[in-house]
Amino acid sequence: MIVVLVETENDSVAEVSLETLTFARGLGDAGGGIPVDAVVCGALPDSVVSELASAGVRTVYHAGGPDFEAYGGGAWASAVQDAREQAGAVVVTAAGTNRGNEVLAHLAARWDVPMAANVLSFAGLSPFTVTRQVMGGAALEEMTLSKRPAVFSVAGHAVQASPAGAQGDASVVELSPSLSERDRVARVASASGADTGDADGLKDAKVVVGAGRGAGGPGGFSGVDDLASALGGKVGVSRVVTSLGWRPHHEQVGQTGTRISPDVYVACGISGAIQHWAGCASSKVIIAVNTDPEAPMVTKADYAVIGDMHEVIPALMESLR
Amino acid sequence: MTDVLVCLKRVPDSSSEVVLTPDAQAVDGRFSGWTVSPHENCAVELAIRIAQDTGGSATVLTLGPEDAVDQLRGALALGCTGAVHIVAESAAYGPADVAREIAAVVASHEDEGRSYDLVLLGNDASDSGDFQVGVRLSYLLERPVVGGVNLVTVEGSEVTAVGEGADGRETYQVPLPAVVAVMEGGVDPRYPTVSGRMKAKKIEIETRSPVAEPSGAVRQRLTLPPPAPSSVQVLGEGVEAVPALREVLVNLGVVK
Ligand SMILES: Cc1cc2nc3c(=O)[nH]c(=O)nc-3n(C[C@H](O)[C@H](O)[C@H](O)COP(=O)(O)OP(=O)(O)OC[C@H]3O[C@@H](n4cnc5c(N)ncnc54)[C@H](O)[C@@H]3O)c2cc1C
Repeated sequence: MIVVLVETENDSVAEVSLETLTFARGLGDAGGGIPVDAVVCGALPDSVVSELASAGVRTVYHAGGPDFEAYGGGAWASAVQDAREQAGAVVVTAAGTNRGNEVLAHLAARWDVPMAANVLSFAGLSPFTVTRQVMGGAALEEMTLSKRPAVFSVAGHAVQASPAGAQGDASVVELSPSLSERDRVARVASASGADTGDADGLKDAKVVVGAGRGAGGPGGFSGVDDLASALGGKVGVSRVVTSLGWRPHHEQVGQTGTRISPDVYVACGISGAIQHWAGCASSKVIIAVNTDPEAPMVTKADYAVIGDMHEVIPALMESLR
Repeated sequence: MTDVLVCLKRVPDSSSEVVLTPDAQAVDGRFSGWTVSPHENCAVELAIRIAQDTGGSATVLTLGPEDAVDQLRGALALGCTGAVHIVAESAAYGPADVAREIAAVVASHEDEGRSYDLVLLGNDASDSGDFQVGVRLSYLLERPVVGGVNLVTVEGSEVTAVGEGADGRETYQVPLPAVVAVMEGGVDPRYPTVSGRMKAKKIEIETRSPVAEPSGAVRQRLTLPPPAPSSVQVLGEGVEAVPALREVLVNLGVVK
């Protein structure tokens, strides 16, 4: 049995959790069809239960009420811990988000087992061997998780989410895990969407126009801003740009920034270092504008224009008018 | 007065090409040079601010080989006032081992009458990306832990930590003593001044040996992903490429 911590967003299952469920089902198939159960903390709308049923989940373990609605790593871990006991699970997984990794880290600490963060693929059940991303994706690590339960998170876009073949109903089992005082205090006390509007927009944007050091300075973004709005998209930047204070951190794309997966990413004056690539590799089409034909962004892109972004973008804007 | 312990890890500078050691067990930092993860640079900055704002202290700790002393000196040059170096080959130490070694330092300092109200760490190191040391440490110290935050302030006996979470900008308020795992993005790390560097040279660094053998890695080996074959279509040079670029954007449906 595999237990998956599922995160929700606006009354639906988060895409990363659907990917994780798809990954978990693959694991089961390899080992002879191990069933997959889910844990949801906080609100559990009917829409989520039916989405989980379509994703092959038979039992949804639910922890609701004031202790679970606001996120707390320890509290959520207690819910997963209860679910794993009831389900008798030997594998516990979650999406490789901050939350997923944090909850799993609590469990790994409680159970004194190793944990593999951001797994990309799975090689076999005995021994339980996974491959995960390290160095922001610049290297891969093969790990054997021999202690039980095997605890690992699934990297974003490691697999594409797909519905389960056979669909049934999912039953809901209410959990009432007991919490320690430490778990109770370490949870979100208040949340406001105000400042993250842009970051959220970037994550979900269909078009992102990116700029890096090639922008030349804080004043070098006017063309980038214009192009992003002309294409109905958002601006994303490299870490150089945020660490120089040219643009705010919530616009940073990459390993330590936002991971984007737009239909089109236009990357201007960005070298395409591996840590930046880690955040934009899932873009469907990448167009690079760069003076250097050898820049990794250019060689990895689908289309490239070799040239100065300060000439190319205004000329493109002109042609779009 | 808040006494902060801030933990950092010497990591290979990964902004250039990554080279593995011959046994494929680690990244060979001899080629790339060494640095501190961005998250931990921010943790150091927060530790120094908290110490200054509350009239407390900021002690920096690392587990690493002899020359990881450079990273400790770097943090001292910025304003940390004490440093602890657990001298060990960090590649052999998994997250549970590192947490145990940090906890041992906290306990032994406590026995000497020096306790830390707050332990700050990076959320995940840029090389191993394990996401666990802070949480594992919190269990050993029996303290509450929050992670994924990028602004940390202390008022009285409470720490307020703010980060970008799934529900927007999320605020935690946790009683001290506590453990907080920090991410990049909330503060700009300062640069060392010349006088800071001079001062740092004079500060005595406490060196220690690990209290236990590492538990043995679950790592089998590292590999490098194969380079993706280039299939780039160069549309042209400079403004001459604009009509072709426009056509691509039209074909992709983002321009009408
Ligand atoms: C642990 C760690 C985490 C990191 N996380 C991130 C992250 O999340 N996101 C991120 O982006 N980086 C991250 N980095 C940094 C990363 O390694 C690179 O340093 C950074 O992405 C480089 O930014 P850049 O491409 O803007 O600048 P540069 O590497 O300096 O490249 C500038 C590019 O612009 C081109 N150029 C210059 N002028 C022009 C012009 N006028 N027109 C067109 N092209 C021009 C140049 O040819 C060059 O290719 C991280 C690094 C580390 C070590």
